[in-house]
Amino acid sequence: MTIAVAMAGVIVVALIAYAVTGGADFGGGVWDFLASGPRRAAQRKLVADAIAPIWEANHVWLIIVIVLLFSCFPRVYADLSIALNVPLSLMLAGIVLRGSAFIFRAYDSKRGPVQERWSRIFALASIITPLLLGASIGAIASGGVTQSLNLLDRGASNMGELMMQIGIRSWMNPLTLAVGLLTLAAFSWLAAVYLCVEAKDDALRDDFRTRALWSLAALAALMILTPTLARAQAERLFSELMGQWWSAPYVALTVIVALLAAWALWSRRFALARLAAPAVVALVLAGWALAQYPYLIPNRWTIDAAAAPPITLELVLGAVMLGSLVLFPSLFYLMKVFKGQRSGGVGG
Amino acid sequence: MSNLLAARSQMGMSLAFHIIFAVVGIGLPVLMVIAEWRWRSTGDAIYLDLAKRWAKGAAILFAVGAVSGTVLSFELGLLWPGFMRYAGAIIGMPFSLEGFAFFTEAIFLGVYLYGWDRISPRAHLASGVLVAVSGAASAVFVVTANAWMNTPVGFRAVNGGLVDIDPIAAMLNPAAFPETLHMVLAAYAATGFAVAGVHALFILRAPHSAFHKHALGIALLVGVPAAILQPLSGDICARYVARWQPAKLAAMEGQFKTVAGAPLRVGGLPNESARETPFAIEIPRGLSLLAYHDPRAVVRGLEAFPRDQWPPVLGVHLSFQVMVGIGSYLALLGLWVVARRVGKKEIADSRWLLRALVLAAPMGFIAIEAGWTLTELGRQPWIVYGLVRTRDAVTPIPGLIIPFLGFTALYVVLGAVVVSLLYRQMVKSPDAREDSV
Ligand code: HDD
Ligand code: HEM
Ligand code: HEM
Repeated sequence: MTIAVAMAGVIVVALIAYAVTGGADFGGGVWDFLASGPRRAAQRKLVADAIAPIWEANHVWLIIVIVLLFSCFPRVYADLSIALNVPLSLMLAGIVLRGSAFIFRAYDSKRGPVQERWSRIFALASIITPLLLGASIGAIASGGVTQSLNLLDRGASNMGELMMQIGIRSWMNPLTLAVGLLTLAAFSWLAAVYLCVEAKDDALRDDFRTRALWSLAALAALMILTPTLARAQAERLFSELMGQWWSAPYVALTVIVALLAAWALWSRRFALARLAAPAVVALVLAGWALAQYPYLIPNRWTIDAAAAPPITLELVLGAVMLGSLVLFPSLFYLMKVFKGQRSGGVGG
Repeated sequence: MSNLLAARSQMGMSLAFHIIFAVVGIGLPVLMVIAEWRWRSTGDAIYLDLAKRWAKGAAILFAVGAVSGTVLSFELGLLWPGFMRYAGAIIGMPFSLEGFAFFTEAIFLGVYLYGWDRISPRAHLASGVLVAVSGAASAVFVVTANAWMNTPVGFRAVNGGLVDIDPIAAMLNPAAFPETLHMVLAAYAATGFAVAGVHALFILRAPHSAFHKHALGIALLVGVPAAILQPLSGDICARYVARWQPAKLAAMEGQFKTVAGAPLRVGGLPNESARETPFAIEIPRGLSLLAYHDPRAVVRGLEAFPRDQWPPVLGVHLSFQVMVGIGSYLALLGLWVVARRVGKKEIADSRWLLRALVLAAPMGFIAIEAGWTLTELGRQPWIVYGLVRTRDAVTPIPGLIIPFLGFTALYVVLGAVVVSLLYRQMVKSPDAREDSV
């Protein structure tokens, strides 16, 4: 294994960490939006209390992904920023609106209409951002990004064609939409599972258990739909995903863990569900990364070809290790302070 | 508006917005920690009230700082892919370290804000200290990256790429120390005087409020030393600029001709086509003295550089004038405060001093915007000084005016909401609270 591959691995791990922590915070926004029934206000309060102390820390995982990507694979970062300019810009607007509406709601007047306005913005931004994040990942995996970049290399003789490709086609098609929905479903599911653990009274916990089961059903449907679409639309991705010697056991493992999570939810073993659910999401993301290996952008940049000089990789790896020495004890402390008393100190 | 201009405007606008929140993120934790420490050591409940109120402000400002900072890390690629492709490997180091500083900051901010009754008093105070330290550290790291753009070292440039790179040498570039020192001091000066000004206003209205007097005391404790040191650290900056970016120095001073014993200009309106700077008060040999510590030193004027390598002279000169003017005002005000302290006189008893402080409230922030405008405009036409032109680094994506207008509108609204919420949470006197919690 080269050091470049190790750094790519670190980036994938950071992305997974973002999905299972920061992602769940977006999922919380979805449940804020869908709050209903007699305990509507209590549901919203539970979501807000769970997110408030940790969302900024969780959000930093995304920053880590970005800075590691541009330090270690500057050409990939540059190419992705060009090819995904439109969805990433929109996603940024979503990130800004989500974070600020959430904090504004907490500190603005407690009058109904004011609160309602911030809740709306918070919830809508929490829904749109994961859709765009998923669509961007879908565009990388499906080869849409590669096509855009190839078109750009050939010189922009046909401006309209280029605008169509980068502006819309590469990231807004059935497959990328399915990946976007999958991301949204996964984040919502994670949030619902975590909230089952956070809830202090049984009725509220049941509300989120129902939500967790429904969103798991949606997630399962999308996990079947996405490969089907990939087979039709991005044959390469599909064969990479399914054609390896490890594909069948890997998929089997993912399904087993997902079933375990479902069973844990069903039988109200919430502490177990809280471990199994992020494991499923981690397996899916890692599966994508493995299927794409050794490419960072399919058919364009392999990990080794795109890597920064070894000295950079070594120094950044050193910085990551040093940083982790500070980071993990701190994260552990944060979780202990805010999640410890109730859930027995499970991360997330 | 050309695509390049739209990209530059969007970058400048996003940074100008972010820097306000970043600066408060560096300064305010220091105020909170001092207030909490005083509460613990004196038992005076007013200090606790202050710490809690400042913490509320910090919660709002940090959230906006975090999201606007995220926008910036993406914008480096969305707007300047050419720059990142070229320089990512060499300036990635400070950004990666910054990432971990953000983590520490965000984690302990969460602990500080929401942990008042969950952890021991000592752990709470320690969290506040960690927030303050990591805030300053993230500023140091990101400004180090900017310093490299001003004085790029630590590599060999070979046909359009960088080889033999040394990221550590790049981090220790000649501008790194002057710029980071000046920036961190600026953050303390700006936050300190902004908070002091607001409370001075309340003292003018209600001279006996112990709450506002306590607040004023802490704010000045942070702002005054920084403001007094700032001209010295500015001088260190000016000397590195003189040595490494002579064209920027010439633009700062509106100096078109190369002369020995160049004058220092106060005010004036540089005219690029006439190549002169009328309406200025000239202090003979002042520039040579300040920039090189030698009254006879030769200062290269803009005419010594090809016309297409001039930065926009008027903007650079005016921003410099604004910053130095404010820097002088704040330093003098700081000395006034010190004088009253030494003479054992209450600050709050001098209405003129209070009025001068009210006037100073926005000034540190204006100086910071001006200073950055000078730094960034003065580097033009280069994005990496002397190596890569800004126009060669911009993204090929057309229509950049759309995101520029979109993000500008978004930030205008956010800014307005933040101001109104801060007023609600922090400024309203303790006895005048209404529905807020
Ligand atoms: C409270 C804010 C503040 C105050 C009072 C001053 N400055 Fe400043 N200055 C900044 C805030 C600032 C800044 C915004 O923070 C900059 C931008 C880049 C940097 O590192 O600091 C800056 C940059 C900057 C530069 C350009 C560095 C570069 O291009 O890289 C110079 C030469 C000075 N300053 C000089 C001064 C002098 C001589 C001052 C004396 C009174 C002064 N500054 C007061
Ligand atoms: C927060 C304080 C800052 C402010 C207010 C600021 C302001 C500006 C402005 C006004 C521009 C447009 C200049 C022009 O094109 O004429 C600009 C450009 C730019 N700045 Fe800064 N800047 C700040 C800090 C930084 C830092 C810390 C970095 C990098 C680490 C940075 C990187 C850039 C880049 C890459 C550009 C675009 C290229 C260019 O125009 O040269 N800036 N900034
Ligand atoms: C002189 C310029 C800058 C200074 C002094 C500065 C400093 C800071 C500080 C202290 C914070 C955390 C405090 C808060 O959230 O309010 C922050 C947040 C952030 N800044 Fe800046 N910054 C500067 C420019 C930049 C630039 C150019 C970038 C982009 C590359 C950037 C990226 C970020 C990010 C990503 C965050 C969010 C961290 C979080 O989630 O907590 N900053 N900045």
